[in-house]
Amino acid sequence: MDMQVKKKLGLKDRYALMTRDLGWDTTYQPMEKVFPYDRYEGIKIHDWDKWEDPFRLTMDAYWKYQGEKEKKLYAVMEAFAQNNGHLGVTDARYLNAIKLFIQGVSPLEYYAHRGFAHAGRHFSGVGARVACQMQSIDELRHFQTQVHTISNYNKHYNGMHSFRHMFDRVWYLSVPKSFFEDALSAGPFEFLTSVSFSFEYVLTNLLFVPFMSGAAYNGDMATVTFGFSAQSDESRHMTLGLECIKFMLEQDPDNVPIVQAWMDKWFWRGYRLLTLVGMMMDYMLPKRVMSWAEAWEIYVEQNGGALFKDLARYGIRPPKGLAQATADKHHITHQAWGTFYNYAAAAPFHTWIPEKDEMEWLSAKYPDTFDKHYRPRLEHWREQDAAGNRFYNKTLPMLCNTCQIPMLFTEPGDPTKICYRESDYLGDKFHFCSDGCKEIFDHEPAKYAQSWLPVHQIYQGNCFPEGTDPTKEGFEPLPAVLDYYGMNFGRDNLDFNVSEDKRNFEQWRGPSSSNT
Amino acid sequence: MSNVFIALQNNEETRPIIEAILADNPGSARSDAPGMVRVDAADRLVIRRETIEAQTGQPFDLQYLHVNLISLTGYIDEDDDQLTLSWSH
Repeated sequence: MDMQVKKKLGLKDRYALMTRDLGWDTTYQPMEKVFPYDRYEGIKIHDWDKWEDPFRLTMDAYWKYQGEKEKKLYAVMEAFAQNNGHLGVTDARYLNAIKLFIQGVSPLEYYAHRGFAHAGRHFSGVGARVACQMQSIDELRHFQTQVHTISNYNKHYNGMHSFRHMFDRVWYLSVPKSFFEDALSAGPFEFLTSVSFSFEYVLTNLLFVPFMSGAAYNGDMATVTFGFSAQSDESRHMTLGLECIKFMLEQDPDNVPIVQAWMDKWFWRGYRLLTLVGMMMDYMLPKRVMSWAEAWEIYVEQNGGALFKDLARYGIRPPKGLAQATADKHHITHQAWGTFYNYAAAAPFHTWIPEKDEMEWLSAKYPDTFDKHYRPRLEHWREQDAAGNRFYNKTLPMLCNTCQIPMLFTEPGDPTKICYRESDYLGDKFHFCSDGCKEIFDHEPAKYAQSWLPVHQIYQGNCFPEGTDPTKEGFEPLPAVLDYYGMNFGRDNLDFNVSEDKRNFEQWRGPSSSNT
Repeated sequence: MSNVFIALQNNEETRPIIEAILADNPGSARSDAPGMVRVDAADRLVIRRETIEAQTGQPFDLQYLHVNLISLTGYIDEDDDQLTLSWSH
C-alpha cells in the first residue's frame, strides 16, 4: 500500500480548488439571464475552463502579498512627510508632473476599480471573475495610495486641492475621463481589451515606468514608492489582458475580426491619451529619464513588436495606427507642450520655456524635428516673455470629437499643417484630429455624438458657477469658467516663473540646505 | 525568436533573485534604471526557487515575487518550483 501522504497541495491544485471550484451554474434562473453581458458583444465562448490564470494567485495569497506591499508603502510615506521629503525634489517645476498625475491619472484608477468590479460580475467564467475581482481591489488601492501620497504635496503646493472636482470639468481632463468612460460603457470583453490589453499590456510601460523612473531621477521618493507598489500589481493586470485576448482568439475564429477592430480602436485611443505622458517626459521633468521617442522605441516598437509577432498565428496584425504613431513620435510632445504653454491661464498647473541646456537635450533627442520646427517657436515665446508679453491664449480651441484633445496634431508627413478631418451624422458635422479618431467615430457614431466636449459646453453656457448671468454687461467668461473649475486664479495657473510654488519652494529649500 | 524580460525593484529582497536569474539564464542581460533592475533574455527566462534559496540559505516562496515585481513580457508558466517566461506555447 502506498502510504505516501502529500503534505501540501501544489500551486496548480491549490489554484484549481480555490478559484474554479468555487463557481457554480445557477439553477433558479437560467445562466444567460444572470450573465446577460458576456454574449451580446458577439464574442463566442465555448469552454470557460480553457481560461488560464498563469500566476495562479488565490485570494488568500492575494491578501497576504497586498498587505505586505501596503506596509512597505505607508512606512515610506510617513518618513517622507516627517522629513519634509517634498523639499528633496530637483526643483519646483517637477511638482507639475505630480499635479498632472493626481488630476488626470488617479481618477482613472478609481474608474478602473469600478470597471473591473462590473466586468468581474458579468463574466460567466470563474477564472476571469476572480482575476477581475483582484484587479478591482488593486485599482481601489492604487487610487487610495496615490491620494494619500500626494496629499502631502497638497499641503505645500497649489493645483492639487480639487482634483476630483476638476476631473469632471476641466478641459484637458476630459481627455482621460472620456477615454475611460468610453471603456466603461462598452461590454466586458471590449472593456478588457481596452484597459487590460491595449492600455495595460501594450501601453502601461509607457505610463508607469517613465513616470516612476522620472520620480526617482527627480528625488521624489514618495511617488517612486507608490508607483512601484502599484506597478507590482500591473504585471498581473497585463497578464490578465494577454490571457483574455488569447482566450477569445482561441475560442472561436469568429472572434478574430471583433478583437482586431477593438485593438485598432483602443491602441489609437490609448496612444492619444499618452500624449500627456510624453509631454511630461520631454518637458516637465527637470531631470529627464529618456525621451518619449526612446520610450516608444523600447516599449512599443520592440516589446509590442514581439507581442504582435506572436499574435500573428491567430490572424491578428499590429494595430492600424501603429505606423502613424511611430512616425509621429518625433512631434507630438512638442506640439502638446506648445498648446499647454498657450493655455497656461486656463490650466491648474504651470508651464514654462525650457532652459538652454534643456533645449540642447531636446535637440539631441529629436535631431530631425526640434531645431527645425519647435525650437524657434519656444525662443520666440521666451523673447516675448522677457519683453513683458508672456503669451496667454484667450480663445478656445477646437476639440477632436473622439479623443477630445485640441486640434494640435499635424498632417501625416507635414508638420507645418494642422490635421483636420470631419464626418456628417444626423445633420451635424463632427471634427477629428486624425484618421484614427475619425474612423473610431464612424464605426460608432451614436456613441461619440454624445461626447461632452468642454469647449462646446463653455459656449453653451454650461460651465459657469450656478447663478451666473452671462448676459450682464461686462461679463468676463474666462474667470467664470475658472471659478466653475474650482481654480484659484494666479495661484493654480499662469507661468511657472511667476508662481507661488516657485517662490515658496526657493524660500523653504534655502534654509533646509544651509545653516541659516 | 523574441526577447522576454522581467523588471524588479532594486532592493535587498530582489538582489538574490536577480543573481539567481542571471545564474540560471546564460546569456541574459541585466540593465539598471533608477530603483529598477531589468533582465532581458532571448526567447525564454526561468526563475528557479532552489537557486534563490541557495543564494540566501532560506526557504523562498516564488509567489513572493509579486511584492517587488514591476513588469514582464511573454507567457508565464508558474508552479511551486519555477516561473518561466517565454513566447513559446
